[in-house]
Amino acid sequence: MKIIQAIIKPFKVDEVKDALASININGMTISEVNGFGRQKGHKEIYRGAEYQTDFVSKVEIKIAVDDAQVDDVVETIIAAAKTGKIGDGKIFIFPLEQVIRIRTNEKGLDAL
Amino acid sequence: MKKISIIIVYLLSSICLVWAGDDSPTVASNKTAIDLVQSHADYVWTLVAAMFVFFMQAGFAMVEAGFTRAKNAVNIMMKNLMDFSMGSIVFFAVGFGLMFGASKTGFFGTTGFFLSDFKVGGDPWILAFWMFQAVFAATAATIVSGAMAERTKFVGYLLYSVFITGLIYPVFGSWAWGSLLNGGGWLEGLGFIDFAGSTVVHSVGGWAALAGAMVLGPRLGKYTRDGRVKPILGHNIPLAAIGVFILWLGWFGFNPGSTTAASKDIAMIFVNTNLAAAAGAIMAMLVSWMKFGKPEVGMSLNGALAGLVGITAGCANVTPTSAIFIGAIAGIIVVFSVLFFDKIRIDDPVGAISVHGVCGAWGTLAAGIFNIGGTTFGILGVQLAGIFACFAWTFPVAYLLFKLIDITIGLRVSKEEELEGLDSTEHGGNAYPDFATINHGTMGEFGGPSGSKYEPSPSFASKKIVDPA
Repeated sequence: MKIIQAIIKPFKVDEVKDALASININGMTISEVNGFGRQKGHKEIYRGAEYQTDFVSKVEIKIAVDDAQVDDVVETIIAAAKTGKIGDGKIFIFPLEQVIRIRTNEKGLDAL
Repeated sequence: MKKISIIIVYLLSSICLVWAGDDSPTVASNKTAIDLVQSHADYVWTLVAAMFVFFMQAGFAMVEAGFTRAKNAVNIMMKNLMDFSMGSIVFFAVGFGLMFGASKTGFFGTTGFFLSDFKVGGDPWILAFWMFQAVFAATAATIVSGAMAERTKFVGYLLYSVFITGLIYPVFGSWAWGSLLNGGGWLEGLGFIDFAGSTVVHSVGGWAALAGAMVLGPRLGKYTRDGRVKPILGHNIPLAAIGVFILWLGWFGFNPGSTTAASKDIAMIFVNTNLAAAAGAIMAMLVSWMKFGKPEVGMSLNGALAGLVGITAGCANVTPTSAIFIGAIAGIIVVFSVLFFDKIRIDDPVGAISVHGVCGAWGTLAAGIFNIGGTTFGILGVQLAGIFACFAWTFPVAYLLFKLIDITIGLRVSKEEELEGLDSTEHGGNAYPDFATINHGTMGEFGGPSGSKYEPSPSFASKKIVDPA
């Protein structure tokens, strides 16, 4: 099993969620995050003084999947989240040791 | 049926009896009746206007809270609540007598303390007049709060608010407005024009704010060592905007209400007030657009207030077209003034010094320049004398007062308390317990999340009210 962590543009959340639902991914966790990569921040003005916002708002999606689904999920996220402009985000994939459903104590693939 | 007709006959006959009892109207009795209606209308208008001016307290509180950080919002609400509450009591006890009591010298009144002009069963006009003047006094006091936001010790602020409504504001007020009741000031004797208080209220508040901001020094992290301005972002611009809208509304009581009479004059004063505010907002927006490349919201909001302050002196004696010019120029002045005070490192989070002090001075001069009856060097000279007298009285006295508070009980909170926020350190509260607040890039070199140069001192640890451990 793997954890797929995708950092995407906030306005792409719905598209990515719907695209994932269409390939039968029916669970995910999202959080609002701030960060920067190559996009860096941007300049804003407050009462006449310019300032740099270093951290750009992004949404982080976490999905736990079976190894066989990884490529599908990654392709789907890329297809839905891509704008082609800087700041589209990144996808990280981690090994996942165990999953437990709290309600039933099911473990492993059964709990996904 | 029979009963009903009996009742109707009875009612009709009783009405006839009442008529028969009245003397037939005479010219004199008609005049008395008309005067009574006029006098009642004066009461109603003056007190309704007082309600509008009172509501400006909410406007000031929202502007100040919106332009500052979430960690100080409770403190700002407390300051705004208390400067009005304490100001009301102090103005009742001392301020009103100093401002409107009989004056031998022309420099302050000496009668009417504790509202002693009111006798039970006597003329209640004094009460209506007091109420209207009390909300004005509180306006002058609350202007200062914004310029001193986010770093002032609460006790120090309370003490200050006693002195501005009890001494600084009423003494200057007696010079310009004393004759509205029993007094008579030297400045109004010269023919000084300040209908609703560009100088009397706003410049007094603005110059006291300047003194306060100078004695306090800037907020931590506002100016970098290499001389750049590092903006400290306000936490809620919609709140600041609603504050400006409330103030704009309140000004429809502030200026037209200063007639303290229900008269036709209020129509032009209303229109002038509105046009000046609109022109001020537009010009501040345009100037910020040209200077910064974007129509900046903070400056535009300040521009509306600048226009309102600017028209306050001349609202009853300039034409609507002149009001547009006065407001427009105020809107330009306020942008450059805010930038100027930032340049000389006087930290004014809401722009109170520029809006009220500087634009109040401009409005007072403009009332002379655009005077409907024409202007002369004599009129302009008197206006300039009033502007100068206001600064010469308010700034040194307020500066001395703030210095004395600083030396005795302390005017500024400790560095640790300022970083932690006044809500928890001064009031043991939190304005937004259900919201997480993430600050990026506002603390910089002085510590906070990214700086990490700040180590809590032992004294701070013991002062901390909310301790999770």
